[in-house]
Amino acid sequence: MRGEVTVAVLAVALLGAGALAAADESAIRLHEGPGRDLAAGRCAICHSLDYIVNNAPILDRGGWQKEIQKMRERYGAPISDQEAQQILDYLAAGYAGKP
Amino acid sequence: MTSRRDLLLAAAGGWLLGGAGRRALAADAVPGADELGTLAGKKPLIRRSWRPPNYETQLADLVPAYTPNDVFFVRYHLAVIPEIDVDTWRLKVGGSGAQKPLVLTLHDLKHDYERVSLAAVNQCSGNRRGLFTPRVPGVQWGHGALGNAEWSGVRLRDVLKRAGVAADAVEVVFDGADGPVLAATPDFLKSIPLERALDENTLIAFEMNGHALPHWNGAPARLVVPGWTGTYWVKHLTEIRIETTPFDGFWMKGAYRIPTGAFPGARFKSQETPETTPITEILVNSLITSHVSGAHLKHGAKAELAGKAWDAGAGIAAVEISSDGRQSWQPAELGRDLGRFAWREFRYRLDTSRSGPLLVAVRARSRDGAVQPDKLTFNPAGYHDNIVQTVNLEVG
Repeated sequence: MRGEVTVAVLAVALLGAGALAAADESAIRLHEGPGRDLAAGRCAICHSLDYIVNNAPILDRGGWQKEIQKMRERYGAPISDQEAQQILDYLAAGYAGKP
Repeated sequence: MTSRRDLLLAAAGGWLLGGAGRRALAADAVPGADELGTLAGKKPLIRRSWRPPNYETQLADLVPAYTPNDVFFVRYHLAVIPEIDVDTWRLKVGGSGAQKPLVLTLHDLKHDYERVSLAAVNQCSGNRRGLFTPRVPGVQWGHGALGNAEWSGVRLRDVLKRAGVAADAVEVVFDGADGPVLAATPDFLKSIPLERALDENTLIAFEMNGHALPHWNGAPARLVVPGWTGTYWVKHLTEIRIETTPFDGFWMKGAYRIPTGAFPGARFKSQETPETTPITEILVNSLITSHVSGAHLKHGAKAELAGKAWDAGAGIAAVEISSDGRQSWQPAELGRDLGRFAWREFRYRLDTSRSGPLLVAVRARSRDGAVQPDKLTFNPAGYHDNIVQTVNLEVG
């Protein structure tokens, strides 16, 4: 069933975390680096950030590029071309082939 | 071949079970320490992701013949998961191939249809993805994205027949209450071939092991497709559509697909292309639940290997054990038959008369002749890992 939830509404939901499955994912901290807030902000719209951490040992820069493309094209992630580049640079620097 | 699995064995001795927040190191395991987490109403499970929630069952909890509801694995694709009020819940049955569309309450399901129960393994398509070599992205499941339960409900076909199945119907489509955060994200809908929908074993289940379905396992009603992987077992059912054309949703056309012809199992012809086809049936498989790599056995003491074997419903014909590097195989003793879609327990007395390393492999054989392979058939999504499992034990 489709919930018509906008990004703005979701941001509120994230703060309240009432409708969401888990309330304590805020414990996940991504590495410092340029683009961190953008990556965290966009990715966490739909999923917790452990998806990044858990896939880091598997994905290289090319792998992350495919993942970002999939999120944009198949899952409708609201990420512009410019933002996608910044997120890719961030993930490739801190999460490519690294646990 | 020195596999990643072998490399992990050194770190595997400290496998333990702990409370929430403690870490369990599993042998033959996904790299890195497993973190336990506790969802409301559940005991600690291995957390693979917070949101959407993906939690797998710890090995020790796969020992009982029926996997208890409070440790049964949890798998979601989309993060909006409403709590459903059973009094206002409705199940719509319609679609282009339905002659008399219905709207059912839970009371209707429980009182207007024959109640049936069956035991069946529910196994995620990506179970063991985290053990793939080479590794593939996705939820990094270990061994525990499966469980065996007794499912109770009504036959899907009894409901479909009352809705009137058109002669040209080809598939039945299922939608659940869980949905995406963003309107642009494809909702999780799945279809199965009409003939599978009309199979007497395909259920709309509202109970699991004699109790109402837990929220995290699909309350108030979910689809049960015995023998088929968990992706088709749609949770929190809200709508069933009998369709006269193949369903073209993302979760059929763009996910849960395997290379055409690469694996055995039922074909889903209306969804097949020359390149890829939907994953369908579970492959013959087994899991050692009594021991993990790194375990020490006392020299000369009684030691029994135990575990589970299962397939898509032909039933388990035999489970064989090798203690000599897969050169010779001895039959294990099989436990009670809980039904052809359930798993079958196996037991085998290990020889502890010689000190030193003891390499134990297990392979299951299905009544249809299928046997677990030695080598993984790689596929990009990381499905169907049913290769022979080996544990490295130490006698001394």
